[in-house]
Amino acid sequence: MSRVVLETRGLLKRFGGIVPTNDVSIRVHKGARHALIGPNGAGKTTLVNLLTGVLEPTSGSIWLDGQDITRLAPHLRVRRGIVRTFQINQSFSELTPLQSLALTVSAQLGLSGGFWKPLGSDARVAPACEKLLAQFHLDDVMNQKVALLAYGKRRLLEIATALACEPRVLLLDEPVAGVPEGERQEIFDIVGALPADVSVLLIEHDMDLVFNFAKSVTVLVNGAVFAEGDVQAIANDPRVKAVYLGEGETAGEAAHG
Amino acid sequence: MLAALLLSWWLLPTHALLLNEIAILALFAVSLDLILGYAGIVSLGHAAFFGIGSYAAAIFAKLVMPDPWVGMAVAITSAALLGAACSVLILRGSDLTRLMVTLGVASILYELANKLDTLTGGADGLQGVVMGPLLTPLGALEFDIAGRTAYAYTLAVLVVCLLIARRLVHSPFGYSLQALRDNRLRAQSIGLSVNMRLVAVYTIAAAMAGAAGGLLAQTSGFSSLDVFDFHRSAEVMLVLVIGGTGYLYGGIFGAVVFKLMHDLISAWTPQYWNFWMGLFLVVLVLVGRDKFVRPWTWFGVAKP
Amino acid sequence: MLTLLFDGIAYGMLLFILAVGLAVTLGLMNFINLAHGAFAMAGGYITVLLMNRLGVPFLVCLPLAFLGAALIGAVLEPLLYRRMYARPHLDQVLFSIGLVFMAVTAVDYVVGGVQQNVQIPVWLKGRFDIEWVGIGKYRLFIIGVCAALTLALQWVLSNTRFGSQLRASVDDPRVAGGLGLNVNRIFLLTFAFGSGLAGLGGALGAEVLGLDPTFPLKFLIYFLIVVSVGGTTTLTGPLLAALLLGIADVAGKYYVPKLGAFIVYTLMIVILLVRPQGLFARAGGGK
Repeated sequence: MSRVVLETRGLLKRFGGIVPTNDVSIRVHKGARHALIGPNGAGKTTLVNLLTGVLEPTSGSIWLDGQDITRLAPHLRVRRGIVRTFQINQSFSELTPLQSLALTVSAQLGLSGGFWKPLGSDARVAPACEKLLAQFHLDDVMNQKVALLAYGKRRLLEIATALACEPRVLLLDEPVAGVPEGERQEIFDIVGALPADVSVLLIEHDMDLVFNFAKSVTVLVNGAVFAEGDVQAIANDPRVKAVYLGEGETAGEAAHG
Repeated sequence: MLAALLLSWWLLPTHALLLNEIAILALFAVSLDLILGYAGIVSLGHAAFFGIGSYAAAIFAKLVMPDPWVGMAVAITSAALLGAACSVLILRGSDLTRLMVTLGVASILYELANKLDTLTGGADGLQGVVMGPLLTPLGALEFDIAGRTAYAYTLAVLVVCLLIARRLVHSPFGYSLQALRDNRLRAQSIGLSVNMRLVAVYTIAAAMAGAAGGLLAQTSGFSSLDVFDFHRSAEVMLVLVIGGTGYLYGGIFGAVVFKLMHDLISAWTPQYWNFWMGLFLVVLVLVGRDKFVRPWTWFGVAKP
Repeated sequence: MLTLLFDGIAYGMLLFILAVGLAVTLGLMNFINLAHGAFAMAGGYITVLLMNRLGVPFLVCLPLAFLGAALIGAVLEPLLYRRMYARPHLDQVLFSIGLVFMAVTAVDYVVGGVQQNVQIPVWLKGRFDIEWVGIGKYRLFIIGVCAALTLALQWVLSNTRFGSQLRASVDDPRVAGGLGLNVNRIFLLTFAFGSGLAGLGGALGAEVLGLDPTFPLKFLIYFLIVVSVGGTTTLTGPLLAALLLGIADVAGKYYVPKLGAFIVYTLMIVILLVRPQGLFARAGGGK
């Protein structure tokens, strides 16, 4: 069994009377392809926000590679290697993809505080950007302002930016959300081709992606862990089907029916 | 751009005083552009730093020594210190909070300057600030009545600051500021430390505004309460709105246009300049700067 | 000392009535209207002109001031303000600054820059001296009127259909619109009402605060303090903030005249530092 890279212990978040995250303990192993599924409002994005430090937990702890990061500031967690994409595209609308990636790469190399030399003057930045732009099919739009790009392209940029951070643990929050049918395959391929040593936690509604990509699954219902196991077991678990897949989600059954 | 600035010194000797005012205003506007256009911080009290630079330079010249360069250094340092201290205030809170806090600081300084009248001359202002020659060891380049030396001095400071600002905005730091402005959440998510950057840029902008204030005191020979006034903060924002934010030279274009407009309209209705300025501001904001400069788009064709 | 408290309360209540329109505009339309003071000024000048030129009695002028300012607000809202709701805060700030400058200079031009005098009716002049407290009749009148208005506001908000429509729109305009509420009409009415209240405050306050063309700018910072410290999600927040501000200002100017307004500004900065969302905002709410 490979080692655990990301772990939560009894993670709890309370907002007044609402408890979006209720005593969640999960483990992500190195190289994992782990999916987090659950009905709407199950608390998946809240969990991601807790993991990345955007929200502070009411109690419980988060461990990255054996180190307690519960109190660590969000930008420092990124530097430790835990990176996320956003369900709704969060981009730098006035910059171009090239500039956004160059900035991200520079931040990774520790150059983001440099205020004298121009962006991209370091020899390591340009090749890294070129590689990412090519990999994500963004070369043709690399000099356009992100605000003007098509949605699918911005989604690709979103994932490219996350990869530019050289993550050890990648949290993908609904990567194909809002992407038209014809552009989804591109994203599936890219997600499938992620390096083996990056541990991936995928939050998704699209069952095709989950069953094609994930090896293990956690099911979250009402903020608590409902079921956990490898993907086949979960797909066939009648309780899961009842609570989630059975609620009109025919895609799951179509994939396995 | 640099060539144009230098040429102006040679070609328009009789207008040196006016050009001097424009240059000072331009420097002030560029400093505001750094926090407004590049970092996205709405400040209603940028005059606070302008004013502190002005009074620091004036008081220093009167009480310690009249050397302009040392005085400038004092002005810049005091403004920078104030900027660093105030930067803490703008880190948290909404736009409204920031507006209030910046306005509050400028107002406090106004009151302080008013009350500490033994030092600052209170409501009368600090008069009789006489500057020593620019190159003191050589005893050369005295400030002359026509203002040519003053303008050259101002230009020098402006150019230096512009060069620094240019390097800044093209650097990774500069881009990270824009990232901050566009999407703070995303900036954090790629590992950028938001607070440190805000403190840094606010301090630098404050220092530059202080330089502009110092220039005003040194070249005009006095300093008065209106350097802290709300009008000044509002004016410099108008300058940026005219010239455009986020590309650094907007401050210069805006300053030129603004000053020319001011002189033109003031000659016509000296008392009610503010009305026309207000009207101009309202129309400009309503129509949007991009459309404003293209009058044929004012009526009819709606842009998608 | 109690007299100071009393004066401070009067000042605070006046500030509340003046600023409540601003709080609602900010909370409802997310619009920073720095020109709010101009409506107050309008109310003040309407009163002065009616009284001094036409001999209209003071008490009649009050509702007229309200109506006049409300009318101006009702005209300006759909004409100008409505286009600015979706704009970034910077644009709104610049826009309203422009309006203020226009208003201030226009009034200066038309009426002149001299401070105007309001002759309050004889039965409101003078004071009651009770034990240790000197209660100015006019100030008592102010407190009375403002308190009544506040109660009325609270009642409207919680007991009428318009009130709940308003609260729904403040909470989430899009959802409210989706529910079939005519959000535009609600905005218009609220803006007009808020402006009217400001006008009334201006009329009431002319004697106490002084009325000249620079009124909107002089008191702008006070209105903003009330709104930013008090928050925009409740009615009591700005009320308490205004009272606090009124008392602090009066006390400060009395005990430490050298520092004057300085204290108020510092207090505000400290408060905002500690609680950037305002002193009384509901936790988890606000913008």
